[in-house]
Amino acid sequence: MARAVTPRRKALNTLIAWTIGLILFFPILWIFILSFKSEGAAILSPLEVLRAPWTLESYQIVQGRSDYFGHFTNSVVISLGSTLLGLLVAVPAAWAMAFVPSARTKDILMWMLSTKMLPAVGVLYPIYLMFISLHLLDTRIGLILVLMLINLPIIIWMLYTYFREIPGEILEAARMDGAGLREEVLHVLTPMALPGLASTVLLNVILAWNEAFWTLKLTAAKAGPLTAFIASYSSPEGLFYAKLSAASVMAIAPILVMGWFSQKQLVRGLTFGAVK
Amino acid sequence: MATQHSRSAARLMMAPAVTLLLGWMLVPLVMTLYFSFRKYLPLRPEIAQDWVGFDNYIRFVTSDAFWPAVQVTLIIVGGVLAITLILGVGLALILDQPMWGQGAVRVLVIAPFFVMPTVSALLWKNMFMDPVNGFFAHVLRALGLAPIEFLSQHSLGSIITIVSWEWLPFATLILLTAIQSLDQEQLEAAEMDGARWPSRFVHIILPHLGRAMTVVLLIQTIFLLGIFAEIFVTTQGSFGSKTLTYLIYQRVLESQNVGLGSAGGVYAIILANIVAMFLMRIVGKNLDA
Repeated sequence: MARAVTPRRKALNTLIAWTIGLILFFPILWIFILSFKSEGAAILSPLEVLRAPWTLESYQIVQGRSDYFGHFTNSVVISLGSTLLGLLVAVPAAWAMAFVPSARTKDILMWMLSTKMLPAVGVLYPIYLMFISLHLLDTRIGLILVLMLINLPIIIWMLYTYFREIPGEILEAARMDGAGLREEVLHVLTPMALPGLASTVLLNVILAWNEAFWTLKLTAAKAGPLTAFIASYSSPEGLFYAKLSAASVMAIAPILVMGWFSQKQLVRGLTFGAVK
Repeated sequence: MATQHSRSAARLMMAPAVTLLLGWMLVPLVMTLYFSFRKYLPLRPEIAQDWVGFDNYIRFVTSDAFWPAVQVTLIIVGGVLAITLILGVGLALILDQPMWGQGAVRVLVIAPFFVMPTVSALLWKNMFMDPVNGFFAHVLRALGLAPIEFLSQHSLGSIITIVSWEWLPFATLILLTAIQSLDQEQLEAAEMDGARWPSRFVHIILPHLGRAMTVVLLIQTIFLLGIFAEIFVTTQGSFGSKTLTYLIYQRVLESQNVGLGSAGGVYAIILANIVAMFLMRIVGKNLDA
């Protein structure tokens, strides 16, 4: 991989790449800066913004608002809940398809993937109706269910590709040594599958955290996660740059950190193993 | 070898997932189909629900809003695809070069993909594109130019910019992964044979990237056909930025014309399935390998 290049060439590469990287990152950097400025300073020209004193007041105001904390909790509960519930359903299914494949395994996998392609807007009203009649509208459990179903195909696919990389001979060897199904799963399979499980959880928490169709349409004040909370700032009377920036930074920071850890898994998870 | 016993166990283990997904797919789909053949306005109960045959389907495509929405959808999807694929290949090539701080640059480039859509839309709309206090307005004024009302005067260009910013990292990341799997010896051999950079790019790198580019194209198309938050937060579909998805959403939830909206939904499902078919073929081929 490490190709030999002249130091001059390397310096030029570095300069070009960093310039582009900083341009692409700049909008995020800018709201980060704005979030530490006062409301009056945040609407000034860029140079005046940079010269203005730094302050934590926006964070204090946003955190002090009870609704921010509520929405943050909703985001955590909904993204973790839907991912864990999805794992509960997906692990056995992916395990069965990876280790006891049948002639129909491929068709089943492809069909599962196809349910992911269903455009949300095509089934919006039926889901809306069902939510009303089941009293699920604006509840966390309703969103957990919908996001679990949306991401289930991705969870199963990711787990399947990870499980398939576990050599079957190891399981057979364990079986020969007299390990029962329980020992096999607990002591052989789980340790080997753990990295794959972790990346699956990571990517799906990210996807659920950022989902912005059902979370906007099926919630109101009570169960709305951060996506809905941020969207409520789109009305003109809620237009406060510094506070909006602070709320945004708090909404995206945990996911940015998680996302940086999951770069590799992102490719596998979102291309369904088609690009490795 | 799988025994009969383990086969039935496997079937049992798959049952919950299969049942849930089958229900999630079929129940809403059948309901949407059912509504699409009826006159159904829940807010106006005095209008009787009737079977209307293909009336909703015909009315949806003959309404004044339909063709503009198709055009807007094609412009946004096509524009974002062109920008992210071209810039994505370029950026992936740059990031593949030896440099200092490669990991850190990758982190900077990928970051926008992890920003939730409502945040990206709002941050562009207010902090950058706002004609009075936005970053661009300040810069334009400093240069002695008049500020531009991006979202009302150039709504499509602005939305394409926002969505491209969100999806460029995805394209770059996947194309970079593909470039890194390229056989370096092959490239070096070509270089020694005297192949210049443009011909190496056209004859070795581009063909190698073909499949990754197709995958990016198909996956992005499926997601881009359904973009919602970016329009909901910025223009709400005004200033000529109403996509098919947004039009259907307005018919169903805003004007509560469920029959008409459902017919639109069925069109959206058919469209997504055509794209999905191509994607599945590629994914399926990979499954055999």
